[in-house]
Amino acid sequence: MKILRMLFILLALLFHVHAYALDVAEYTLKNGLKVLILEDHKAPTATFQIWYRVGSRDENIGKTGLSHLLEHMMFKGTEKHGPKTFSRAIQRAGGTDNAFTSKEYTGYFELLASDRIGLPIELEADRMRNLILAKDAVLSERDVVMEERRLRYEDDPQSMVYEEVIATAFQNHSYRWPVIGWMSDLKDLKPGDLMNHYQTYYAPNNAVIIVVGDVQKGDIVSKIIAAFGDIPEGPEIQRPKIEEGPQRGEKRLFVKKEAELPFIVSAYKVPDIKHEDGFALDVLGSILSDGKSSRLYQKLVYQQQIALSAWAGYEGLYKDPFLFLTGATAASGKNIEEVEKAINDEIEKIKKAPPSEIEVQKAKNQIEASFIMGQDSIYMQAKMIGTFEMIGGWRLWERYLEGIRRVSPEDVRHVAEKYLVSDARTTGILMPLKADRK
Amino acid sequence: MMKKIPAIILLLLCSIILFSASSYAGPIADREVLANGMTLLHSEKTGLPIVTVVVAIKAGSVAEPVEKSGIANLTADLLNEGTKTRSSKEISDAIEFVGGSLGSAGGADYITVTLSVLKRDIGMGFDLLSDIIRNPVFSDAEIQRRKTSIKNSILQQKEEPDIIASKAFAEAVFGKHPYGRPVEGTEETLDRITREDIAEFHQGYYLPNNTIMTVVGDISKTELRSLLDGYFMNWQRRDSKEISFPVPAFEDRPKVIRIQKNLTQANIILGHVGIKRDNPDYYAVSVMNYILGGGGFASRLMDNIRDNKGLAYDVHSYFSANKYAGSFQTGLQTKNESASIAIAEVLKEMERIEKEPVSDKELSDAKAYLTGSFPLRIDSNRKIAGFLTAVEYYGLGLDYVDNYRKFIEAVTKDDILRVAKKYLHTGNYVLVVVADLEKAALKY
Repeated sequence: MKILRMLFILLALLFHVHAYALDVAEYTLKNGLKVLILEDHKAPTATFQIWYRVGSRDENIGKTGLSHLLEHMMFKGTEKHGPKTFSRAIQRAGGTDNAFTSKEYTGYFELLASDRIGLPIELEADRMRNLILAKDAVLSERDVVMEERRLRYEDDPQSMVYEEVIATAFQNHSYRWPVIGWMSDLKDLKPGDLMNHYQTYYAPNNAVIIVVGDVQKGDIVSKIIAAFGDIPEGPEIQRPKIEEGPQRGEKRLFVKKEAELPFIVSAYKVPDIKHEDGFALDVLGSILSDGKSSRLYQKLVYQQQIALSAWAGYEGLYKDPFLFLTGATAASGKNIEEVEKAINDEIEKIKKAPPSEIEVQKAKNQIEASFIMGQDSIYMQAKMIGTFEMIGGWRLWERYLEGIRRVSPEDVRHVAEKYLVSDARTTGILMPLKADRK
Repeated sequence: MMKKIPAIILLLLCSIILFSASSYAGPIADREVLANGMTLLHSEKTGLPIVTVVVAIKAGSVAEPVEKSGIANLTADLLNEGTKTRSSKEISDAIEFVGGSLGSAGGADYITVTLSVLKRDIGMGFDLLSDIIRNPVFSDAEIQRRKTSIKNSILQQKEEPDIIASKAFAEAVFGKHPYGRPVEGTEETLDRITREDIAEFHQGYYLPNNTIMTVVGDISKTELRSLLDGYFMNWQRRDSKEISFPVPAFEDRPKVIRIQKNLTQANIILGHVGIKRDNPDYYAVSVMNYILGGGGFASRLMDNIRDNKGLAYDVHSYFSANKYAGSFQTGLQTKNESASIAIAEVLKEMERIEKEPVSDKELSDAKAYLTGSFPLRIDSNRKIAGFLTAVEYYGLGLDYVDNYRKFIEAVTKDDILRVAKKYLHTGNYVLVVVADLEKAALKY
């Protein structure tokens, strides 16, 4: 659960503000481009990241996967810097680069020796507006993304269950389709679709630059102004307000696929972190799932030995209400219904009696420590700042810190009772099929 | 001419890094062999109030008997499942309450135990670290539990085509060499392992004179010294059991392994025996492999198979150079139907680099990346700890940061041609394909 871990680190970021406040400097250029800089001089390296406020939530039926395919196309060259030059130029400078797409955002990053930071600034400014979307390149990259989809989903039974659970949990919110897109949509995405998406969303007023590392703020800002300052502001982006309706009963689904062990995922509708209950939901996730001393590990994996792994986590780092997830892989020969019951028993238990003060304190300590440890990596720090910025402003962490500190054992019990109810649950079960041919 | 410039800048950059490091604490770390034979590497980093400790013990799967395969991993796995004075739950409660982590991992050459804590908890951390390494009890109940869990993981790996392919590849390339066996063992070998075997394995190899301890973070020499005095200096050295295994002759003819799974993609590994870590050609091989398939988007395999043909999301090659042997492998996943075309392209690129010299630009780009990216390999405490452990285990020396650059810079186009001819074998390779074989209709 990479997302979950990320969440803990992010929460941690908020937690430690008083003792270890992050000194983020914020600037906004005339064209609306926001710049966040955090100096960190521990090593002579830096990361440059540019995040665009566009993700799969901004796509439409029939055109899913557009944001992610565009992310791939961003490496295909501009008039000035032809095809196959972007990553090569960064690597020649001893750097590495990559990109990520989520439901809420699309981000690009470079990591390199800090005295080389001028290079990614120049290259990112160029590809914000001057991308070439040649037809042949689009068709070929579409094939690459279809291979990526086969790799990550079609041939991975657990990922497939997860994808189906999200698609079933949401009815009218665009959160329901996967970031990579449905296979049938990918087959039909056109260069024109990509160009529209690019021209709409890739503008300075829809982007945030984050720099963390061994840099001087003043120097970086001047470099950014020189490279990005003349790019004109784009038209205001119209975004429909999407509101998922209430769920009126449990949804259940099954995936039958060749696999070895049964697997279950349950998703409960919960508010996002901007809601007061988000803090207690996060502490709840930690108590259930963080480490070998957590309740689910102790009960399902250690004592009953009915699961190979069992986990839970609050996924609140979204603009709109998202999900609290629980899941487990059954041990060989164990029945998935028994595993499901054991997870639900743990949830019922916490609804009846609040966790101990020590358990709540442990969760808070884990959050605090992982915040400090997260500062070991400049990449992770930039990623935290960016994720918060995308969902409502990087300063959300101050409110969040205080929120986490306020959580009491009774708050944890209360949110379990309020949100972890079967009527708001979507459960997906993997039913392993044995190989049917040689 | 222009191409030489980045190399010069990189060179300057590297010396600056070395100097700035030395202005704090001399070379990248202090090294000393303690009275009980334990090797200590210490790098004080005061930027954050955290400490990372990596303990590497030469008790990996190379030390285990073939019929008890998996015992090294199981022993490491059981360290934090109970000591003479603490239960499994007491250990996890203690470390997790302070937000730290304490975990162990098996491996072929050595096992590792890693501790991460805030500075304020370092005393407690060392207490636990020493206890789990020196006093594990290996109770029957915990052994059963971990065996069951590992067997379940082995079962689950059968859902993962890349792991199926890797295991088949290692077995075919290394045969009876320990590197040919999965570190976690098999269901059969796990069943054969008794409590006495585990205790004896622990007795035989978990010794200070088999141990490298790397400490990175906000801890001074004096503080460290006092923790070592309290928790490790009375750990007595003893003669270690010898690590010995038959070195089989590697098979010298092509071998194709086809594994049927209902998949949309063929998972392909093509490769053969490679080089050991102490081979002097390691650096020329590194540059050659960067150009062939190690350099991401700058590599020929990625350019040809992904960028030009759209056949795969991931395609790569690497030399895994370990203490006692090594392997070379290329890997990719492509829809079943294009498996044969992709394999043909891999072989074509291997042949090309064996026959034609690489271009000046390819060579200078590869060198610029390999030397210029070095700062990124050591820019966090966690990375420094891993780096130092490997530097010590493979005997690279603390001046490796500097030497690495020199070795890479010295590589010529002729070297690349020579090592490609010597270490790539297009006529006799192991090819593993995990796929829907009917759809793949392999021509190999």
